[in-house]
Amino acid sequence: MKKYTGKGVYGAIAIGKVSLFQRQDIQVKRLHIENEEAEIERFEEAKEMAVSQLKEIYEKALVEVGETNAQIFEVHMMMLEDDDYNDAIREIISNQNMNAEYAVATTADNFATMFAAMDDSYMQARAADVKDISNRVIACLNKEEERLTQSDEKMIVCADDLAPSETVSLDKDMVLAFVTAHGSSNSHTAILARNMNIPAVIGLGDGFLKEIEAGSWAIVDGFTGDVIIDPEEEILKEYEKKQKEDMEKKELLLKLKGKENVTLDGTKINVYANIGSADNIGAVLLNDAGGIGLFRSEFLYLENMDYPTEEQQFLVYKKVLESMATKKVVIRTLDIGADKQADYFKLDKEENPALGLRAIRICLTRPEVFKTQLRALYRASIYGNLAIMFPMITSVSEVEQILGICESVKKELKTEGFDYSDNIELGIMIETPAAAIISDKLAPLVDFFSVGTNDLTQYTLACDRQNPNTERFCDTHHEAILRLIEISAQNAHANGAWIGICGELAADTTLTETFLHMGIDELSVSPTFVLKLRDTIRNIDLGKVEI
Amino acid sequence: MKTFDYTIKDELGIHARPAGLLVKAAKAYASEVNLTKGEKTVNCTKLMALMGLGVKCGDVVTISVNGDDEIVAAEGMKTFFEANL
Repeated sequence: MKKYTGKGVYGAIAIGKVSLFQRQDIQVKRLHIENEEAEIERFEEAKEMAVSQLKEIYEKALVEVGETNAQIFEVHMMMLEDDDYNDAIREIISNQNMNAEYAVATTADNFATMFAAMDDSYMQARAADVKDISNRVIACLNKEEERLTQSDEKMIVCADDLAPSETVSLDKDMVLAFVTAHGSSNSHTAILARNMNIPAVIGLGDGFLKEIEAGSWAIVDGFTGDVIIDPEEEILKEYEKKQKEDMEKKELLLKLKGKENVTLDGTKINVYANIGSADNIGAVLLNDAGGIGLFRSEFLYLENMDYPTEEQQFLVYKKVLESMATKKVVIRTLDIGADKQADYFKLDKEENPALGLRAIRICLTRPEVFKTQLRALYRASIYGNLAIMFPMITSVSEVEQILGICESVKKELKTEGFDYSDNIELGIMIETPAAAIISDKLAPLVDFFSVGTNDLTQYTLACDRQNPNTERFCDTHHEAILRLIEISAQNAHANGAWIGICGELAADTTLTETFLHMGIDELSVSPTFVLKLRDTIRNIDLGKVEI
Repeated sequence: MKTFDYTIKDELGIHARPAGLLVKAAKAYASEVNLTKGEKTVNCTKLMALMGLGVKCGDVVTISVNGDDEIVAAEGMKTFFEANL
């Protein structure tokens, strides 16, 4: 067994036999020619043939990877027609009396060198494109057939590098994975592999190709970039399991993507995603969440050595809002304290941090920190559909103070000439029993509630959620918790507010039906759970008959 | 001659695909369309030269249009840049 690690460019797992993709080394001879005009004519014919081959590849790519990605072959055709490229080739033929093959190869080298010397990794990768089109012309000059040979068994295709045209020319149904010694994740091959949904690992290094043999068994893990040759039985089993899970997940994705979160009797609910950093947005979109129900802004504070500036925060919020387009993004203001500490806050050591100065309590004690965050949020609000949520609320006066601060932030921004949206929903977390019990008083002040079930459980049942000894007393389905959620839901709806759940209970599919009965409007779960939850919802029948 | 400045907004700059589209767009006019970045100027119908400029996101380029249909062409190019780059 041997393991190599490269860069995975499409996350999926392949297990199968290795086939070595070998291209005949194109040996270009340098020959003097007598008749320049005839040689130029030869070049033109070969170029025409190359263009028509590219056209075929373009059409195949259109079907397999879509127009945007197929365009690269249109660009290839245009490169072949490029004046500078053609002039250079003709010049070598007519002025140096060289054969067309040599002229094309030399010109290709020159242009490739130009791209390779650019200080931009994307453009450097274009050197491969120039070589690819030129090799095609040379092959046409030599009247070579398409140079691919393929078996009729599905294989893991290993190569030193694959040109985009080679990637697309391979019969997709016969390829289990692409594995290359070189190549960059910017290469069009990587982009195409992603679009063809074929696991691919690139950049395994030179040694790799020398050591593998055609026909040996291999595992390709496109998630981690691992390629394992001749795997041991145990590892093989492990990967077979991983592959099966991945396939089930993707199948679910395919089946449920774009579908509504609606029960059999027609009750609808929003399923949103919880995220802890802007990096997770990809997962949110991939899993088709309807919005972001909880964006924990703490990471901005925890990853910093000092208070994050307004500008720093603004850029992150803007990015998240823009990426989600018109979908709702609920951003929770900082929830530092208890188990999440940042040294520069210089908070006193507390006997009981869970009951200490945390979250909104810090914000109301240090309004300047709070205001910086609110200013950044309001300024970013024009880039999408923002809702702001405040954590750890226990009283009406807290909410009134918060709303007062929001108003003063708006006034400040207005005088400074900053724009902000007029449609920002403001909401609070229901995570203390106090908030749930007085939810009738809180609901008229806000647009929404979001139940944080982890803290609500901890505070209701007096169980430290990090203490393993209290675990058996910490029944997350405790009737007290469910009643508090139900009270909150009734009070929210009676006052025209909506209510969501963003804690761990939201993902507990044994409670989904209960929550639907309570009239919960939104469940927010980790991105990977969105579709599982959708599946559950779509199989629930609340037995309500529509009138 | 008509000229205008444009700040590139595409994350990858004038990369292969948009360069190809730009060539197509420029070829549609009788006027000569040139693009200048810093001290270098290239004809927009030349794909390789265009890519070789290495125009990146945030770069300011000057587009100059010269010829019989320059008014229409300049408008057309402006629309093209705004839509694609």
